[in-house]
Amino acid sequence: MYGWIFRHLPGPLWLRIIIALALILLVVWCLMEYVFPAVEQYSPFYRDVTIPTE
Amino acid sequence: MAAKQHTGTPPSSRSAGQWIIQILGELLITVGFILLLFVAWQLWWTNISANKAQDQAVDSLIQEFNAAAGGSGTQAAAGDSGDGASSVPSLKPGDWDPTDPATSAAPAYGETFGVVYIPRFGENYMRPTAEGTGTDVLDTLGLGHYEGTAMPGEVGNFALAGHRQTNGAVLDRVEELQEGDHIYVQTKDGYYTYTIYETKIVLPSEVDVIAPNPDDPTGEASQRLLTLTTCHPRYGDTERYIVHAKMENWQPLEAGAPAEIANSVAS
Repeated sequence: MYGWIFRHLPGPLWLRIIIALALILLVVWCLMEYVFPAVEQYSPFYRDVTIPTE
Repeated sequence: MAAKQHTGTPPSSRSAGQWIIQILGELLITVGFILLLFVAWQLWWTNISANKAQDQAVDSLIQEFNAAAGGSGTQAAAGDSGDGASSVPSLKPGDWDPTDPATSAAPAYGETFGVVYIPRFGENYMRPTAEGTGTDVLDTLGLGHYEGTAMPGEVGNFALAGHRQTNGAVLDRVEELQEGDHIYVQTKDGYYTYTIYETKIVLPSEVDVIAPNPDDPTGEASQRLLTLTTCHPRYGDTERYIVHAKMENWQPLEAGAPAEIANSVAS
């Protein structure tokens, strides 16, 4: 799958490497900015610190 | 996959089954990386971003307080090095009643209103306090004030919650606190000094710890208290770590910072 994507990127090898790295960074940024905050509350490291109040 | 690239074999020479297995494998490896990334993000990155947000909140609060104190809380002169309490207090002891503090009504949800100093956690420990204990407040702004509990200096229980891990980990070192340690709260109404008289571990269901009078939940509030709550054990939340403190002193902003935190305030 990743091989297929890499082969279909345009340009010479060095350009394709740069594009691939940029795509990876874009995905990581989206995960950290949007996906992780949304799913954080289900994580085993996220702990409730409050005393429940009415 | 090992035989993949040598001969430049066109991908179409593989069977559909091989393709499916390869894609499935790559997806599973990707999921593994994303999970690792998530753990790194939560245990490390959330602290960096929350600390940054909290530092900014503290800076703007202190500027606000200094302005409210008529500039008397600011660095008065350029040649103030070596003297942390460089501000020139415009009030002298005796000008106010340290047992009768000024107080304010609680602000709107999510609004920062105070700075908490805990010398036991180091001179640089300054954390903002915001109204509310929703995850949106606690995840970015540090200490959250339980809505409906007393405000700093009021008779009753000024109750705060904070993360022990992740998102700034404001109460990471809570177990180091001892009886007699001071917790300082600075608001636009002055500096409140609280002295810890009890630390304990309770079940989350023991809601009386943030009652107006935790020692006698059915009785009337009679003292000016502060309570910190955080999770326990570390990385767990089957219990809560509770710190109770009692107000010992109050002084207006114009009187300058209490000696123990003067360096923190000035920095």
